[in-house]
Amino acid sequence: MLAGMTPRRLLRALLPALSLTLILIGIAWLNPRAISYFGFTLMLNLAIPIALATIAQMFVITGNDLDLSIGTFVGFVGCVTATWLRDEPLFGTLVLVGAIGVYAALGALIHLRNLPSIVVTLGMSFVWQGLAILLLPKPGGKAPDWLLHLMGFKSPWVPFPIIAAIVIAVVAHIGLMRTSYGAVLRGAGGNPVAISRAGWSLLKTKVAMFALAGLFGVLSGMALIGITTSADANIGNGYTLLSIAGVILGGGEFVGGRVSPIGAVIGALTLALAASPLLTFMHIPPDWQVGANGAILIIVLAARALISRREG
Amino acid sequence: MAEADADIIVRLDGVEKHFGAVHALDGVDFAVRAGECVGLVGHNGAGKSTLMHVLAGTLAPDKGGIAIGGAAQSGYTVTLAQALGIRCVFQELSLCPNLTVAENARINHASLKGIGWRRRAGDLILAKLDEIFPGHGIGPADVVRDLPIGKRQMVEVARAFTVTIDPLRLVILDEPTSSLDAQTAGQLLAFVRRVVADGASCILISHLLGEVLENSNRIVVMRDGKVIAADKAAAFDRDKLVTAMGAAGKPVRVATERTAERDSTTPIRIRARPERQADGAELVAHEGEIVGLAGLSGHGQTELLLAIFNGAARRTDRIEVTASVALVAGDRQADGIFSLWSIGENIGIRSIAQLRKGMLISPASEDEFAASWQKKINIRTPDIRNNILSLSGGNQQKALFARALGSDARIVLMDDPMRGVDIGTKREVYELIRQEARGGRTFLWYTTETDELEHCDHVYVFRNGRIVADLRRDELTEEKVIQSSFQATG
Repeated sequence: MLAGMTPRRLLRALLPALSLTLILIGIAWLNPRAISYFGFTLMLNLAIPIALATIAQMFVITGNDLDLSIGTFVGFVGCVTATWLRDEPLFGTLVLVGAIGVYAALGALIHLRNLPSIVVTLGMSFVWQGLAILLLPKPGGKAPDWLLHLMGFKSPWVPFPIIAAIVIAVVAHIGLMRTSYGAVLRGAGGNPVAISRAGWSLLKTKVAMFALAGLFGVLSGMALIGITTSADANIGNGYTLLSIAGVILGGGEFVGGRVSPIGAVIGALTLALAASPLLTFMHIPPDWQVGANGAILIIVLAARALISRREG
Repeated sequence: MAEADADIIVRLDGVEKHFGAVHALDGVDFAVRAGECVGLVGHNGAGKSTLMHVLAGTLAPDKGGIAIGGAAQSGYTVTLAQALGIRCVFQELSLCPNLTVAENARINHASLKGIGWRRRAGDLILAKLDEIFPGHGIGPADVVRDLPIGKRQMVEVARAFTVTIDPLRLVILDEPTSSLDAQTAGQLLAFVRRVVADGASCILISHLLGEVLENSNRIVVMRDGKVIAADKAAAFDRDKLVTAMGAAGKPVRVATERTAERDSTTPIRIRARPERQADGAELVAHEGEIVGLAGLSGHGQTELLLAIFNGAARRTDRIEVTASVALVAGDRQADGIFSLWSIGENIGIRSIAQLRKGMLISPASEDEFAASWQKKINIRTPDIRNNILSLSGGNQQKALFARALGSDARIVLMDDPMRGVDIGTKREVYELIRQEARGGRTFLWYTTETDELEHCDHVYVFRNGRIVADLRRDELTEEKVIQSSFQATG
């Protein structure tokens, strides 16, 4: 995969992994005991839903759009999971499938009416939030048992969040980067005119991108409830910006269909580590943790800009 | 005709295509036979590109019929064109820059899917690249945005000739050699001759007349959306083509009383050398002159205008401007109008300093300013406070002229401002420009319409980013402009 790359492109591709390594070294320096099976399980506790939400966002960004509703959508899915999916599994499943359908319809709407995705998804973020509050006005509910078992799985040797992250990255990479239709989807972000001139439907690519975003959003919400065991209408609100940051940290760009699923998952892990509860135990105040996320983002983007400038 | 029709691949009958007031295609009859290379030449706006888009299925004609292989087509689309074996290499590259070479090949071939598609797509494009451009040095895993423009064009051309399940019957090449060096261009043209000898067909569009003359079996000349000459290539030579592209040697009218003599007593306002100019040629404009920039579109005229515009603020060694400058943009929607503002605000923006009252803009003086210009150049609107988009295209353009002419600028740069403007408006604006020039303003006028050059005192013809001809008004003929715009050999 790395064959035929110029050193600069290689450096650029390795930048997300490099930043993750630096964060790990930082943590190891602050507290060597954190680098252990238990430490990682704790630190990367929330990495799975963040990684899934980041992949969802990545699909949308591939098509030169932005999804500002993914956070509240994750929250809505969480509320459905902790209530209907547990009490009436069939109905709950139908609701979640319908939510993916709504995402697909949004893609069609954005393409057909030529609307800015930012406006449409900003509007939808309030819709999802409202639905979540209607469903669960107070924090509560309970995750289905099978989900609790799945997310609480103790894998031998390697902590479960790391295995899950690898699976997510590989599945998304194969789907978007290796399949023949994945090439068309990315091409629709790179040069839509060329794609339509070659006889492909841009409506279909847009719908596919948004449906995939919806699917991964649903998975993210379910994973989140599997970890937290109960839901809250506001539980996913932070995910909108986290997911965008993860995609960009992972080497993606807002326009031009230039994304990397593996990078996006690594970006999500980086952000999850920097915001992990373990840091609180290391006497780092929570305010600084938010600041740390911002600092990482700025430093990585600055490094990438430097590499790209020399490239050009 | 019956037996000749048997090997006709594509036939257009009376095809028309209009964009607003512009008749891009005005009743074109056109046919390509199997095993022939048709050269298609014409000056700016002759309709070559529109014709090609119609053939490729990316534009639907307003009127007229398309028949492929003898069968009339209704509902002709890109997909159908591809299935029928018609491929296109567009002038503006249509590769996806974020994909690899192999992935770009896959985009054009729906059948390249399933396990191992990357390898098959890579093999397909690599084999074709090897065949057309031996020693090309392109790998199937190279990402297109990392390739230089010449190699991108090679990929684009090679991709058009790759075959999976759909047949290959006609390839349309629009300026295929514009980014290639002489050697690769030669490789491509040799390949085109081989393909044609094997029974496929090509349409070759190029501004290099030598390239067209040497490689075509038949040449079709277009002008103003019509086919005006079509014959065997042997029946043409360079001079005949140039004559046919212009209106058969029509001299440019010397319409006005202005003298053609360069008055050396008036001060020089602009002195500019294009970036790619190797020799000492430079553009000089005196006070009160109208200087035309001619040549095929996209050959460096707009770049020079923008360089002069920037040069007015910061002097460089190749640009010298001695007065204030205003620019009339050619692409109204993109660079010209503020689409949410009123007509008056659009006119006043360049002169905001004079319309102030203290720190704020005075609406009264803005209205007054706009109203005076509305009257002066006859912008047709009931109220100057209406939104700019309430105007027709021609009147929007007038508002842009008012913006430039109403300002304190002594030099007005015009970037092909008359595109898609009706003839009545054009006449009014021409008169206005002459008036203002008499008043001492200097005009630099890039135009793709040869007729407009007759209003200029001096014309510089551009080719490949350089000034290649410098014509005084009394030497100016359309033929000379076309002669200089088109190159004899590659």
